[in-house]
Amino acid sequence: MLENLSTPELSSLLALSPSIDQIGTQERIARIQARSIKGAAKIQGLRMALSMIDLTTLEGKDTPAKVRQLCFKAQHLHDQAADLPTVAAVCVYPTMVGVAKKALGNSGIKVASVSTAFPSGQAPFEIKKLDTLYALENGADEIDMVVSRGRFLSGDYQFVYDEIAAIKELCRMSRLKVIFETGELDSLDQVRKISDLAIAAGADFIKTSTGKIQPAATFPVVLTMLGAIKDHFDKTGQMIGMKPAGGISSSKLALQHLLLVKEVLGEAWLSNEWYRFGASSLANDLLMQYQKHLTGKYQSASYFSID
Amino acid sequence: MMSQTNWKLEPSLESAAQIQLQAQYELFIDGKWQKPLSKNYFNSVNPADESHLAKIAWGNAEDVDLAVLAARRAYDTVWSKLSGAERGKYLFRIARLMQEKAKELAILETLDGGKPIRESRDIDIPLACNHFFYYAGWADKLQEAFAGQQVSALGVAGQITPWNFPLLMLAWKVAPALACGNTVVLKPAETTSLTALKFAEICQEAGLPAGVVNIVTGYGDTGAALVAHPDVDKIAFTGSTAVGKHIQKACIGTSKKLTLELGGKSANIILEDAPIDQAVEGVINSIFFNQGHVCCAGSRLFVQESIAERVLEKLKFRLQSIYVGHPLDKNTDIGAINSKKQLETIERYISLGLAEGAEIYQPDCTLPSKGFYCKPTLFTDVAQSARIAQEEVFGPVLTIQTFRTMEEVVQKANNSPYGLAAGVWTDKGARIFGLSQQLKAGVVWANTYNKFDPASPFGGYKESGFGREGGRHGLSAYLKFSN
Amino acid sequence: MEILKTYKLYIGGQFTRTESGRSYAIVSPSGQHIANACQGSKKDVRNAVQAARKAQSSWAGKSAFNRSQIIYRIAEMLEARKGQFLEELQALGSDLKSATQEVESSIDRCVYYAGWADKFQTLLGSVNPVASSHFNFSVPEAMGVVGVVACQQTALMGLVSQVLPAIIGGNTVVVIANNQLPLCAISFAEVLATSDVPGGVVNILTGEISEMLPTLSSHMDVNALSIAPIEAKLQQMAQEEAIDNLKRVRIFAEPLYTENAQGLPYIADFQEIKTTWHPVEQIAGGAGGY
Repeated sequence: MLENLSTPELSSLLALSPSIDQIGTQERIARIQARSIKGAAKIQGLRMALSMIDLTTLEGKDTPAKVRQLCFKAQHLHDQAADLPTVAAVCVYPTMVGVAKKALGNSGIKVASVSTAFPSGQAPFEIKKLDTLYALENGADEIDMVVSRGRFLSGDYQFVYDEIAAIKELCRMSRLKVIFETGELDSLDQVRKISDLAIAAGADFIKTSTGKIQPAATFPVVLTMLGAIKDHFDKTGQMIGMKPAGGISSSKLALQHLLLVKEVLGEAWLSNEWYRFGASSLANDLLMQYQKHLTGKYQSASYFSID
Repeated sequence: MMSQTNWKLEPSLESAAQIQLQAQYELFIDGKWQKPLSKNYFNSVNPADESHLAKIAWGNAEDVDLAVLAARRAYDTVWSKLSGAERGKYLFRIARLMQEKAKELAILETLDGGKPIRESRDIDIPLACNHFFYYAGWADKLQEAFAGQQVSALGVAGQITPWNFPLLMLAWKVAPALACGNTVVLKPAETTSLTALKFAEICQEAGLPAGVVNIVTGYGDTGAALVAHPDVDKIAFTGSTAVGKHIQKACIGTSKKLTLELGGKSANIILEDAPIDQAVEGVINSIFFNQGHVCCAGSRLFVQESIAERVLEKLKFRLQSIYVGHPLDKNTDIGAINSKKQLETIERYISLGLAEGAEIYQPDCTLPSKGFYCKPTLFTDVAQSARIAQEEVFGPVLTIQTFRTMEEVVQKANNSPYGLAAGVWTDKGARIFGLSQQLKAGVVWANTYNKFDPASPFGGYKESGFGREGGRHGLSAYLKFSN
Repeated sequence: MEILKTYKLYIGGQFTRTESGRSYAIVSPSGQHIANACQGSKKDVRNAVQAARKAQSSWAGKSAFNRSQIIYRIAEMLEARKGQFLEELQALGSDLKSATQEVESSIDRCVYYAGWADKFQTLLGSVNPVASSHFNFSVPEAMGVVGVVACQQTALMGLVSQVLPAIIGGNTVVVIANNQLPLCAISFAEVLATSDVPGGVVNILTGEISEMLPTLSSHMDVNALSIAPIEAKLQQMAQEEAIDNLKRVRIFAEPLYTENAQGLPYIADFQEIKTTWHPVEQIAGGAGGY
C-alpha cells in the first residue's frame, strides 16, 4: 500500500515538476513526425497498435446488445486476415461491465470500466466510490477514473490526490487508469503537474482524455505525460502505463505515437501491458492499412465491420 | 498480454533517380556555361559512400577576371538601370523556381554535402527559397529602410560560401546583393558546388540578365583571385576565421566593403529551472544539427551543477534514438561528414579530448562501412582551459562543463575569442533578458537553438566576424550610404 | 608672474604624467612656447586600455537616460569653461571668430548626441517577424573598447565628434589626441572629469601617433578603431594590426568637424547587433500548440 502524502509533502513533490516549453515540445514532435515508418516496421507497428486498443463505447445510448457486438469485434477484428492479434481491452460504462465480462469470457481481453462519475467527475466522493465498487464487483479488470479537474484548477491538489489514492485502494488487483481530461487543463505545465500528482497517488496508467472534450490526445500532451512517466521510472524503477484517448483515429497517428513511446520511454513500453490507445474508429483504419500491405490494394470501408 | 517488442525502423531512402547529374560542369559566366580558361577540373565526391559525382571546372584568376568583367558589364548596362521593383520581380521569380525544384535541390544538397535529407528538405532548401522571397520584397523599399540616408548599390559583389549550408549560404548572400542592386560573382566551396550550379540554371530559367549572377567554381585559389580582383566592390565571406583574416588583410588599402561570417565556439547554458526535456532536445539541435558543421553550433554545453547529472543521463538516453547513417535515408539524424579531410580533423580533436583527460561518451551505433561518418560524441569532465573546449571542431562533438552561479557561467561563456551565438535555457523570463544582455554573442537563442529566418539578422561579435546577414540589417552589407 | 599649466594624460579618470616621463613642447604658429604636453608611450596605451575595459560594462549598464544626462552635463561644463578653450584655441592660432565657432559647435554636438542616447536603439533595433512561433528582436549593443585616433586638423571639434557617438552607445574609448594641438583635448578631459562621466569611459593620450597607434591597434582587448584622416602608411599599419582579433575598423575619409558629420550612422559604426529568440506559447486549448 502506498504511503499517503501530506499536503506539505505533496506541495514539495509538485514543486519538482519541471516546466514544459510548448514550442520545444512541438519541435520534438516534429522530429518524430518526420520519421518514415515503412515495410516490415510498419506491419509490425500496425499489429502492435491493434493489440494496444481499448475498444471503447461510452454513450448514453449504449445497450447490452451494442456492447456484445463490440466484444465480438474485440475478439475477431477481421477474421478474413489470418493471425491477427486481439485488442487489449473493451472499455465501457460500469453498468455494462457484467455484459462485457460475460461476452469476452476467457478470451484474455480485459474489461475496463470508466468510473467516478465519468466523464465530468462532478459527483460526491461517496458516489464515485460506489460507482467504482459497482464496476469492480461486476468484474472490471481495469478502472478508468476521471480526476476532479475543477478541484485541480482551483489548487486543491490534496483533494485530487486523496481521491485517486482512495480509488486506487478500492481497485486492489485491478489496474487503475487516471484520466486527466487534458482538454480542460489549458497548459502543458498543468499536464505535467497532474501527471506527477496522479503517479504519486498510485495511478497504474495515466490517460489523456475522456473522448468527450477537445482537444484530446494531442502529441504535445502525450509527450508531456510520457516525460513524467520517464522521470518517475528513472527515479524509482517503477513503470507506469500510458493511454492516449480521443482523436487518434488514423494508422499514421497511431504509428507516430508508438514511435514517440519508443524514443521517449524505450521499447519496454511497446506492449499492451504498458501502452493503450483509447479509441473506437482506430481499429478499422489499422486493419485497412494492414490489408493494404498484405494485398497491395487500397481498401474500402465496406469490407470492414462497423460495430 | 504481449511481451516486450523489438521494433526497428527500416531504412527509407529518398530516391536520387530523378537527379540527372552531368558528367562535367563548366563555369557559369555571363549567362553561359563556359569552359575554364584554366582547363582544369576537379572531382566532386559523395561523402556518403565516396562515389564520384561529377567533374567540376576549377576556375583560375583569368576565369575570375572574365566573371568580374561580365558582372561589371551587367551592372553598368542592365542591372543598375532597373528599378528596385523590377529587380524584386526577378528575385520573386527565382524564389518560385527554387520552390518548384525544392525536392531536386534537397536531394542534390544531400548527395553533394552529406547532410541528412530531412534537413535539406525541411530546413536548408525552404529557408533558401524564403530568403529570396524576403529580399525580393526589399528591392523597392531600400530608401525606406534607411531613413535620412541616401543609399545606392555598391557594384560587383564577390561572394565566397562554405560547404556546410551550400544553397542556404548562397541565398544569404545572393538575395540581398541582388535586391540592393549589385551583380554577383560567387565562388562556392569546392566540396559542394552542385546546388550553386543548379542555381545558375534557375537564373537562366528565370531570364535573369546575363552576367548578373556568375558562378566560378574552384578551390581557395579561385576565391583568393576573386578577393584580389581590383574591380570587385564588395567581398562577403562565410568560412573559417583563419581564412577570414587573410581576406581582411587582402582588402586593406582597397575600397572593398567587407563582411565576414566566421567560426564560433558557442555556449549553450542550461540553468536549473530550465524546461529540462526541451533543453536536452535543444542540446541535440545545437550540436548534432548538420553533423555539427554549423558555425553557431552550441559546442560548449554548460549545465548548472544541481541538474548536471540528470541532464547528462537524459542526453545519453536521447542519443540512443539518434540515427547515424546514409544521408538520403529519411530517418537519418546525423549524415555523412562533409569530407575526408574534415573527418580527420574531427577525429584528431576527439583524440585530443581523450589525451586531455576528458571522459568520452558515444552511443552504441554502427556506422556505414563506406563514406565519412562520425558518432555523436560527448565529452564530460572538460576543463575551460582544454583545447577541446576552446577550439572549433566543426563536428558532432560536444564538451560539457558544469557551473554553480550565473556570474560564473557568463564569465566562462564569454571567455572565448569567438562570439557568434549562445543558448540560454531557463523558465524565468527576467533571467533570459539579463543573460542575453551579458552574453557577448550576435545571436542568443533562449529556450531554443539553431533557429534561422530570413527576417532575423545573423552574425557575430569578436573573431566570429562582422556584419549581419538577414533582416533589414542584412541590407547594409550591400549598400553604399551617403548623408 | 603667470602660473603655467601642466598638461597631463587622462587615464581612468586621473590626470597622470606619462610613465615614460617625456614631454614635448607645444608652440604657437608665431613660435611662442605655450606649454608642454606629455609624450605618451606604449605603456600609457596599455594603462588606458585597461582603464577603458574596466569601465566599460558598468558604463554600458547605465540606463540610456542616465548616459544622456551625463553627456548633456558635458555640454554644460563645456559652456562654463568656454573661456579656457577660446584662449587655448587662440594661442594655437585661431582667430576669435573661428575659435568661438569651434567651441560653440562642440557644445552643440554634445547636446545633439546627449539627445541620441535613449533613441538610437529604437531606430537601429528591430522586432523581426520570423515564421516560427518565436519572438525575435534585434538590439544594438556597444562593441566595447574603441581606440580613437582623433582628428588632426581641429583641436576640439573633431575629437568631440568622434568620442561622443562612441560613448553615447556604451563604449569606452582610448583617444590619441591631435599631436600638434593636444591642449584642448586635455582641457576637454577636465570637462569630463567635472561632469559625472565615470573614470575610464574616456581616456586621452597625447604624443606621437606613430608611437602609440601600433600598440593601440594591435591590442587584443580593443574591440574597434575609429580613425580620422591620418598618414596613409599609419592607417594601413593600424588596419593590418587590427586583424589579429578582428577589430572593427572605421576609417573616416573626411574629418568629422564639419557640420554634417553627425548622426545615427556614426553611432551605428560602433554598435553590434544582437538578435534574441524566444518561444511564443500558443494560448488557448483549441490551438495547435496544445
